[in-house]
Amino acid sequence: MPFDPMKNGPRPITLAISALGGQGGGVLSGWIVKMAERCGYLAQYTSVPGVAQRTGATIYYLELFLHEEAKKAGRPPVLALMPMPGDVDIVIASELMEAGRAVSRGFVTADRTTLIASTHRDYAISEKAAMGDGTADAQTVLEATRAHAKHLVAFDMKASAEAVGSVISSSLFGALAGSGALPFPREAYEDTLREGGRMLEANLAAFGAAYDLARKNVAGDAHGAEPSPSSPLPHQSQLQSASLALAEGKPAAVRDMLNRIPAELPPAVHELAVEGTRRCVDYQDLAYAGLYLDRLALVARLDDGARGFQLSGVVARQLALWMSYEDTIRVADLKTRGSRFARARKEVRAKPDQIVYLTEFMHPRVREIADSLPAPLGHMVLDTPWINKFVGWFCRKGRTIHSTKLGGFFLLKSLSALRRIRRSTLRYQEEQARIERWLARIEDLAGSHYDLALEIGRCQTLVKGYGDTHARGLGNFNRLMGAVDMLKSRADGAALLAELRAAALADDQGQALEEKMAGLSRSPEKERKT
Amino acid sequence: MAERSFAKEVETLRIGDGEIFHGEGILAVTKALLQSGVSYVGGYQGAPISHLMDVLADAEPLMRELGIHFEASASEASAAAMLAASVNYPLRGAVTWKSTVGTNVASDALANVSSGGVTGGALVIIGEDYGEGSSIMQERSHAFAMKSQMWLLDPRPNLTSIVDMVELGFQLSEASNTPVMLELRIRTCHVYGSFTAKDNRAATFSLRDAMENPVRDTGRIVLPPANFSHEQEKVTKRWPAAIDFIKSRRMNEFLGAATGDVGIIVQGGLYNNLIRALEVEGLSDIFGKARLPIYVLNVTYPLITEEIVGFCADKKAVLLIEEGQPDYIEQAVNSILRKQDLETRIVGKDVLPMAGEYTGAVLRAGIAAFIKAHGESLGAAGSLGHNLPKQPDSPALDDLNALLPPRPAGFCTGCPERPVFSAMKLLEREMGPFHVSCDIGCHLFSILPPFNIGNTTMGYGLGWAGASAFNTQSDKRTISVMGDGGFWHNGLSSGVGNAVFNKNDNVLLIVDNNYAAATGGQDILSSRGKRESKSTGHSIQSAVRGVGVTWLKTVGSYDVAKMRDTLRDALTTPEKGPKVIVAEGECMLNRQRRENPLLAKKLKSGERLVRTRFGIDPDSCTGDHSCIRLSGCPSLTIRENPDPLREDPVAAVDNSCVGCGLCGEVAHAAVLCPSFYRADVIQNPGRWDRFMAKMRARIIQWVDRRSEKGRSRHAF
Repeated sequence: MPFDPMKNGPRPITLAISALGGQGGGVLSGWIVKMAERCGYLAQYTSVPGVAQRTGATIYYLELFLHEEAKKAGRPPVLALMPMPGDVDIVIASELMEAGRAVSRGFVTADRTTLIASTHRDYAISEKAAMGDGTADAQTVLEATRAHAKHLVAFDMKASAEAVGSVISSSLFGALAGSGALPFPREAYEDTLREGGRMLEANLAAFGAAYDLARKNVAGDAHGAEPSPSSPLPHQSQLQSASLALAEGKPAAVRDMLNRIPAELPPAVHELAVEGTRRCVDYQDLAYAGLYLDRLALVARLDDGARGFQLSGVVARQLALWMSYEDTIRVADLKTRGSRFARARKEVRAKPDQIVYLTEFMHPRVREIADSLPAPLGHMVLDTPWINKFVGWFCRKGRTIHSTKLGGFFLLKSLSALRRIRRSTLRYQEEQARIERWLARIEDLAGSHYDLALEIGRCQTLVKGYGDTHARGLGNFNRLMGAVDMLKSRADGAALLAELRAAALADDQGQALEEKMAGLSRSPEKERKT
Repeated sequence: MAERSFAKEVETLRIGDGEIFHGEGILAVTKALLQSGVSYVGGYQGAPISHLMDVLADAEPLMRELGIHFEASASEASAAAMLAASVNYPLRGAVTWKSTVGTNVASDALANVSSGGVTGGALVIIGEDYGEGSSIMQERSHAFAMKSQMWLLDPRPNLTSIVDMVELGFQLSEASNTPVMLELRIRTCHVYGSFTAKDNRAATFSLRDAMENPVRDTGRIVLPPANFSHEQEKVTKRWPAAIDFIKSRRMNEFLGAATGDVGIIVQGGLYNNLIRALEVEGLSDIFGKARLPIYVLNVTYPLITEEIVGFCADKKAVLLIEEGQPDYIEQAVNSILRKQDLETRIVGKDVLPMAGEYTGAVLRAGIAAFIKAHGESLGAAGSLGHNLPKQPDSPALDDLNALLPPRPAGFCTGCPERPVFSAMKLLEREMGPFHVSCDIGCHLFSILPPFNIGNTTMGYGLGWAGASAFNTQSDKRTISVMGDGGFWHNGLSSGVGNAVFNKNDNVLLIVDNNYAAATGGQDILSSRGKRESKSTGHSIQSAVRGVGVTWLKTVGSYDVAKMRDTLRDALTTPEKGPKVIVAEGECMLNRQRRENPLLAKKLKSGERLVRTRFGIDPDSCTGDHSCIRLSGCPSLTIRENPDPLREDPVAAVDNSCVGCGLCGEVAHAAVLCPSFYRADVIQNPGRWDRFMAKMRARIIQWVDRRSEKGRSRHAF
C-alpha cells in the first residue's frame, strides 16, 4: 500500500545514514539538519557513538517534519529515535557492504526507499586478514540493493570526492541533492556547505560532481542504472592477448621464442603463456623463459583437449609464479627500478615540488644470505656452526635501507646484479629441484588422475611470501604433496586435496590443516573396516 | 583535551528566558542544570555521557561565573560521594556517569547518601548504555533505584521533557530528602532538538557559605542507631512525600485517548518509538493522538498506586512496555492490581521479548499481538496514521546478511596500543598462548580480530585483579592488561597494590596513552598536556614504585621488538614478585587533533616539514596478508592485484596512514616481507634539500636508464 500523506495525515521524512565510524556521518547529519531547518522543517537526529565509532558500523537517524504542519496541528510531532524496517524514506550508505547491511536490516524497501550508496569497498578485517582472497561478493550485494530500493543512486562516492581533494561526506551530500529525494533546492544544500566554511572549495566541488552523477543515475531510472562495484577484485585480471604483433620489431631471439607459443601450446593458454614468458624474461633472461616454455609444453602434450586444457592453464600460471620466486636478487631488482620510484611518489601523493625519500625494511637472515650465495658456499654457511653463528650475529636486527639515497641505492643495485650468478645460487638449485618434483607429479598423474593433477598444480599457491611465511607455506605444500600417494587411491582424492588446500589457507597456525589431516588418516581405516 | 570540543556550543548555554535552544540532549541537560541553580557538578566519562562530561568541562568558565564547582571525578565512586555536600546544606548538585557499570562503582556512596538522605537537591544523571552499540553487560539501573530507594526518572525523549524533568528532579529530591536518578538512553543523550530556555541562575546559598558555617547532624550519618531510623524514615516519610510530589506535579502523563477498554503503560524513554509503532499500525497520528489511552511513566520508581489503579480500573487489558529484565515494573503493577482486586489483564513480557532492546519493529510486533488478542473495541485498524503494510519475512535478506562481513570495532589508524598486541602475538608464536586478563579501555579490542588475545574482563581497572587467583607455582606466567584510565580509576590499588601485598608473581602491562582514550580522550592524572584547572603529569611509574613494585620497565609502544623482548623477559625472569611494564605512546587521535592544525599552519607559511607515510610495493607483495594479521591498522588494506598472474589481492596502505611506523617495525620483528617502504615527503624543501635531491636523482636516473635499456632489449 503506497504511503499517502494527504489521506493519512502528515508524516516526517525519515532518513538513515549507514556508515562506518569516522566516516563523517555526524558531519553529514549536521548538514542535513541545518538545511532542513533553513527550509522550514523541524529536524531531529540521533546516533549511537559508543564503540562503533572506532571503525565499527553505525547508524545515524534523522526525521524531518514540515514546521507548517506542526503549527497547523498546534502541537509538535512525536519523532522516533531509530529507524523501523519498512519505514525509511532515504537510506544513505557510505560503503557498499553497509548499503547491503541496511537492506538486510529491512530499512530499504521497494515501495518507498531511495538508496544512496557509495559502491567503493572499505574492507572489513575478516576480508583483509584472509590468507588469500577473502573479499565478500560485491556483485551479489549490489544486485540486492538494486532489487530492494525504489530508487538507487550508486557510484563510487569516495573516489569522486577524493578526485577533488574532499571527503566522502561531501559527495554523499551531493548525491542526496542530485537524487531529488528531499524537497529542497540545490541552493539550500550549497548554502549549508558555505556556512560550514572549512575546506569549502573542495567540498563544493565534490558536492557538484556527485550531484551531476546522481542526476544521471536518476535519469537512467532506478532500475535501469547499471552501476558496478568500483573496485571489484576479479579473479581474472586483464590479460593481454597473445599476439604475434608483440614480437614485431624485436630481435630474432625474442621472435623465435614467442613463435613457440602458438606452435607448441593450445590456444586456451596463449595469454597466460605470454605473461609467463614475459615474467621469466624480466626475472632472468631469454634462456630462462625458454626453460619455462619447455616445461609448459611438456605438460600441454599430456593435457586433455576435452577438458579444455585446464591443466596447462593452471601450470602456465603457477609455473611462472614459482619460477619467478622472490629471492633477495629479485626484490633488490624490483626496488631499484625507476618506474617503482615514480609509482611510490604517486602512491604517497607527493606534489611535484616535494621531495620523496624511500626507506626499505629488510631483515635478511642467515638463510637468505646463504640462499644468495653459490650453492657450495651457501651450504657451508648453513652447515658450519661457527660460520652460521658468525653470520647470524650480523642478522639479529632488521635493516633499513635508504633506496633513494646513493649508498642504499647502490647496495641494492649490486644485489640485483647478482642475477648473473643466480643459476649457481643455493636458492636457485633448491627451487628448481622443487619445481621439477612438482611437475613430475603432475605429468605422472595427468593421464590417470586428471583432477588430482589439476589440484596439485593449484597447490603451488601455498608457496608464497618471505621468511617465516614462505617456510610455513612450503611446509604446508610438502605435507599436501606427501598425502598425494594416499589420495591417488581414493575416488575423491582431488576433492580432498582441494579441501586440504583450503584448510592450509584457513589460518596461519595450521590448526585447520592439522584437523583435516587427522580426519583424513582416520577415514581410510574406517573404510577398510566396513 | 577531549575528542570533541563543545567550546562553540556551550556559548549557546548563555541564552535567557523565552529564547529557543537548539542542540543535543546532553547540552540541554547542562542548560537545565544551569537553570536549576546547582552549586556543584561532577562525574566520570563513558558513553553515552562522555560528551556530557566534555560539555561540562568546556562550560567550566560559564559555570565559574555562576559559582558552580565542576569536577572531573577520579571515578564514579568519587562522583557519587560528592553528593555528600547536599546532605547537610541546601546545596543543589548533580553527578553523571555511564550506567550500569558506573552505578556499580558508585553504589557504595549512593547507598550511604540514600540512607542518610539529602537536604539540597541531589541528581544523578545516568547514561543508560543499553541496546545497539553498547559495550557493557546488559543490566538495568532500575535495580539500584529499588535497593537504595532513590527515585528514578525516565523522561520522554524530547528536550522539553528532559529539561522539565531535571528541574522537577531537584524539587522532588528536596521535597522527599532523597537523591534522584535521571535515566537517559543512549539515543536520547545524542538527540538533536529544541526547547524554550529560561535564565541561568546562581544558587542563593553557596559552597562557601557552607564551608564557613559547617553544620553537623549525626542523625544523617550511617551509624547505629541512625541507620535503623533511616530505613524507617524511607518508608514513613520520604516515600509518601515523593508520591505526593510526583502526583501533585503530574510528573507522569496521561496521553492519547481519554477512555478505552484497552490502554498502554510505557516507560517515558520509550514513548516516541511507541507512538511511531502505533502510527504505522494505524492507531495514532504523528502528534501522539492515539486511539487508546497511554499512561507515560516519566517516573519509573516509585510507582504511584492511585494513578495505576485509576488507569487500569476501567480497562479489560493493559499493555505494559518495559525494556530489559527482570520485569520489575510488571511485577509491581500486577501486585498493585491484585491487592486492589482488579481483574485488568496486564500484558507485557508475554507479547514483548523478555530481554533485548525494544526497537520500533519489536514494539510494532508486540502492539499487533496485543491488539489482536484484546483490541476488538478498536475496530479495524487504519483509520489513523500511516498504517504501513506488514513487512514480509524475506529469506533472501537472511542470505544477504550471511554474506556481509562483520565490522567489529578496532584500534584506530596509528593507535599506539596496536603494536603492544603485535608484540604479544609474536611472543605467542614463540612461547605458545598465555592466559591474558583484560581490562576496560581501547586495549580491549585485542580480544577481537585480528589479535584474538584475551580471556576475561572483570571491570574497569580490574585487569590485574582478574588474574589474581593464578598466583601459584607454574611454568607459565599470566599477563594482565590495564589502561592508564583504568589504572587511575582503581587499578593502582585493586591491581598493583593487591599484587604487591599478595606477592603476585605475574606480569602487568599498563598501556599509557596519555588520556582516557576509549571514552573520548579526557585528561587524567598522567596526561602530559598542561591544563589550567587540572594538575597533570603525574607518572604511572612513580605511583607503581610507590606501592612497592621493584620490577618495572618502560617501553615506547611502537618498538615492537623491544616490547616483545621485554615481555619475554618479564615472563621468564627468575625474579619473584609482580612485574610491571608500562607501554608509552600518545593516543594518535588526540595527537593528530593537537598537531594537525599547527602543521597546516606551518605548511602554509612555507616552513620545511617532513610528512611520513608508509606504502607497499605491489610487485613484491605476495598476498599472504601476514602483515594485516599482525597489525589490523585500518589504513592497511587490500586491493586488486595488478599482476595478471597473481590472483590474491595485494596489501596496500591507504591515504589515512599517519606514518606511525608500526608496519616497518612488524616487518622487521616478524621477518615478514620486504614490500613495505617508508616515504618521507619533504614539503617546502629548502635550497640544500633541492640540491641534494637533484644530485641523487641524476645519478640514480642515469644508472636506471642503463638498466632499463638492458631490460627493454628482450622485453615485449
